[in-house]
Amino acid sequence: MMGWFVLKSFGGALITLNRNRMRAGISILGIMISVTAVVLVASVGAGGQREIERQVATMGNHAIVVMPGFQHVGAVRTSQASAVTLTIRDASEIYSRVPAIREVCWGRRDPMQVIHGHLNWHLPVVGVNPGCFAVRGWELADGEYFSQVEMDKGSAVAVIGQTVVERLFDEGENPVGSTLIIKRIPFLVIGVLQAKGAAPAGSDQDDIVFIPFSTAQRKVHGAKFIGSVEAISLSTFERDDILPSVDRIRQILRERHRLRDDQPDDFNIRTQLDLASTYEGASQTLGKFLLVIASISLLVGGIGIMNILLVSVTERTREIGVRMAVGAKRGHIMVQFLIEAMTISLVGGCLGIVFGVLGARVMTVIAGWPTIISSDTVAAAFVFSLAVGLFFGLYPANKAARLNPIDALRYE
Amino acid sequence: MPAFILLTVWTAVRILGRNRLRAGLTMLGIVIGVGAVIAMVSIGEGAKAAVAQRVATMGTNVIMVLPGSMTSSGVRGGHGGAVTLTMSDGIDLKKRIPLLRDTGWGKRDVMQIVNGNKNWNGTVNGVSPGYLTIRDWSFTSGGPFTQQDMDTAACVALLGQTIVENLFDAGEEPVGAVIRIKNMPFRVIGVLAPKGQSAQGSDQDDIIFIPFTTAERKVFGTQFLGSVGALFASTERTDDLAPAVEQIREVLRQRHRLQPDQDDDFIIRTQVDIGKVQEGTSETMTVMLFTIASISLLVGGIGIMNILLVSVTERTREIGVRMAVGAKRGHIMVQFLIEAMTISLVGGCLGIVFGVLGARVMTVIAGWPTIISSDTVAAAFVFSLAVGLFFGLYPANKAARLNPIDALRYE
Amino acid sequence: MLIECQDLWKIYRLGDVEVQALRGLNLSIEQGEFVAIMGASGSGKSTLMNILGCLDQPTRGRYSLNGIDVAGLRSDQLAEIRNRQIGFVFQSFNLIPRTSALENAQLPLFYRGVSLREQRAMATSALSRVGLQGREGHYPTQLSGGQQQRVAIARALVAGPSLLLADEPTGNLDTESSREIMAILDALNKEQGMTVILVTHETDIAAYAKREVVIKDGRVQSDRQTQPVARLSPSGA
Repeated sequence: MMGWFVLKSFGGALITLNRNRMRAGISILGIMISVTAVVLVASVGAGGQREIERQVATMGNHAIVVMPGFQHVGAVRTSQASAVTLTIRDASEIYSRVPAIREVCWGRRDPMQVIHGHLNWHLPVVGVNPGCFAVRGWELADGEYFSQVEMDKGSAVAVIGQTVVERLFDEGENPVGSTLIIKRIPFLVIGVLQAKGAAPAGSDQDDIVFIPFSTAQRKVHGAKFIGSVEAISLSTFERDDILPSVDRIRQILRERHRLRDDQPDDFNIRTQLDLASTYEGASQTLGKFLLVIASISLLVGGIGIMNILLVSVTERTREIGVRMAVGAKRGHIMVQFLIEAMTISLVGGCLGIVFGVLGARVMTVIAGWPTIISSDTVAAAFVFSLAVGLFFGLYPANKAARLNPIDALRYE
Repeated sequence: MPAFILLTVWTAVRILGRNRLRAGLTMLGIVIGVGAVIAMVSIGEGAKAAVAQRVATMGTNVIMVLPGSMTSSGVRGGHGGAVTLTMSDGIDLKKRIPLLRDTGWGKRDVMQIVNGNKNWNGTVNGVSPGYLTIRDWSFTSGGPFTQQDMDTAACVALLGQTIVENLFDAGEEPVGAVIRIKNMPFRVIGVLAPKGQSAQGSDQDDIIFIPFTTAERKVFGTQFLGSVGALFASTERTDDLAPAVEQIREVLRQRHRLQPDQDDDFIIRTQVDIGKVQEGTSETMTVMLFTIASISLLVGGIGIMNILLVSVTERTREIGVRMAVGAKRGHIMVQFLIEAMTISLVGGCLGIVFGVLGARVMTVIAGWPTIISSDTVAAAFVFSLAVGLFFGLYPANKAARLNPIDALRYE
Repeated sequence: MLIECQDLWKIYRLGDVEVQALRGLNLSIEQGEFVAIMGASGSGKSTLMNILGCLDQPTRGRYSLNGIDVAGLRSDQLAEIRNRQIGFVFQSFNLIPRTSALENAQLPLFYRGVSLREQRAMATSALSRVGLQGREGHYPTQLSGGQQQRVAIARALVAGPSLLLADEPTGNLDTESSREIMAILDALNKEQGMTVILVTHETDIAAYAKREVVIKDGRVQSDRQTQPVARLSPSGA
């Protein structure tokens, strides 16, 4: 019975809206613009989010990074590296004692002048063990990685990033097999890495040269303490292994560094999860903030619906009186106006979704911004616009339903 | 005409007062829109000012010359290539370019610094005395090193706040203390006033200054004597920056014996360039916030248009009567435009009040820096007036185009 | 000659149907006349009134008011003529709702750009001429039908027009109020020599006029003098 009534009311709403086409159209336009903005902002936000996730993923697979230095609470410091507290032995000990660790990587970096032919470039030269390529997720574009053999021999071989190729090699020149001069020592390029792009912090990850750690220590960097490393990176088999591993690593290092219970760690452990949450958190906050601001326009559109519906109630006071006189209950009148409000907001919402999706496409094509339209966004926009109609329809509908039929019939 | 406008405004106010709920809701849309715009712009402006403040910590009218690889283009991570800049470049620049107020140079490296049982890896920067003036470093205690310290390569050091915090206990006086850099004793003769983050976001107070000569001869050890990491210069006026950059380029090219077809082997950046890059980012942010907030104003304007169209319909006969007694189209038009603008203006003014309050609240609660300039307020005012005008035009025109005979007959 | 209509045609197009509301109507009215225009509905009398009131323009023919050829004037010029030369009285009063009697009477002056003080003074005197002194602040809803129509007459004559057009002015009024309204119109004509054109279908109302014009099928069917013309020069205000 009620279902039939609702259906009938819906038909009635369409007829009424069609009679005041201009008025309804403009109310719909308001909702449409708002929903378009919300969908656009949400899709740009989601696109940016994925971009950052991708960048964080370039850090490596399930990576844990240990750095020397006293831990500062909550602070992101530029110079956390303090005393030399980490060594190769720390790294190999962790590797052998924590079964969840799949690979271990240690290294030391120093910016240096690198020369090839008549071109030179100043960039980080990093001495690493062969495990680093797997831990940090570096893929080969050409040639090969160096192995434990080169590591043991301290060979002068190098694996280089894409930016280095662009900077130091002419177009079409094959870097593999050519020679780079670092600190007057000729290095044979044996591999070229695939591009990773920018790190979440914005630095160019491909502007890098990898050489065996032993070679770096003996011939290039010249270590103050033999065996000391700048950082240890580790990868776990599973993402879920990261957190338990961190605790084990802490235990082992405190034990090895003979730290008493009352002494703070003399190292820092960061995981990819922390990094992800830092960067993703920041962009998520921004995205949510923008979404809230965009939603304000939906509020304004809702107020517009309420206003026009109040006009409608006033104009149709006599009609309401007649309906009541022939037996319409308050609920019937209420539902009638609510359906009118929700029809406006729903049509506006659907159009807004369409334009939002199109707008996101246009932005991707024209401005090159990554955008993602999830079904969640669309569903949320739909529900949200329905809710706006319901919420802002309540007051006028209630006002109509509360009319006194006698006054309403007499209304001029 | 003034009597007409005055009366029309009065009429508009009365008509709005008569439909208080309707006018109030319409205004509310504008209040929210303008409030959102004001609050967002003030956030953007606040962020911009914070960036500008960081750029200002560089000093005043600063020019930086970095050794650059010939292949370098634009802003890259790895500039500062071959050893191409020397102390004598710096001295010669000062001598040959009168526009330059000061020149200085420096060379930096991260080193282990020890004080008693505490140690810290900090950036040690060997600089000439001119550098400190150019970069506008001031002291909380002690003072700068002198030319004599330079000439004798004295082991004296100036400490940044971060270094002090990490190497000294609270309340301990660093000036006069002896710290060790590369196992060499350095007497602390000054503590620098904090500068906070640089425009790029790094901690500028994590720094130790020592005389350039000391750094070169005793600490870093160098392949080429006199080579510097960067040259710095400053000019008297900001307008002098651009010509000074050109003259520096000329002098350096000449000194480095570069052929006309050869690229510069150095990179010149001014404070203005660096500021521009940084401010550009926050400018984009401001524009984005403004755009998204403006959508509310747009939707609010649509609300004005809709309610005014209702008003035109309701008052069709009235319009007919006014035309019959001699109102011209322009009169009718102006009447409805004034009604629209009254709504948007009152809404705009309330919106400004709420926007300013909102910005304050955000500063207090979220700690975001916000700035409300008189420009923003004026722009919001004009903007809300424009919204009323723009969205009033269609209904007003519709009213003015009514045929008086039909309007008089309208039921 | 105040009004001269020569061969007036008004043709409307309603979809495919062409309606000839006026078909070569000729009519001349002199200053100071009191003319009743009668005719059945659809005879074209409303169309004629609209044209005479410069609310509408003839399709063909000549209409000159006070020697000015109205055909071909722009809408703003027509508005100017309505404002200065013509006063309207409608069947349904057409007062602006929720606006005082004084302000309603001020309306034509408002659009003429008269100073506010003058507007008030002129409107007050116009209201007292129709016997509404002391009711300046009343709103239409606080006035009887007859009083509302008197406000409308005050509004029509406040600007000192040369022509008063009354379209069924008593159509919504009882007999007593009708008599009062007609007495006012009669007095305006007799005492000030204002030209009054009255559209009505009631013969007893038409009897107040001195000349009776009957319209049928868009032409003048009969035109006769019922009373001698008052030879008074128009005073205007």
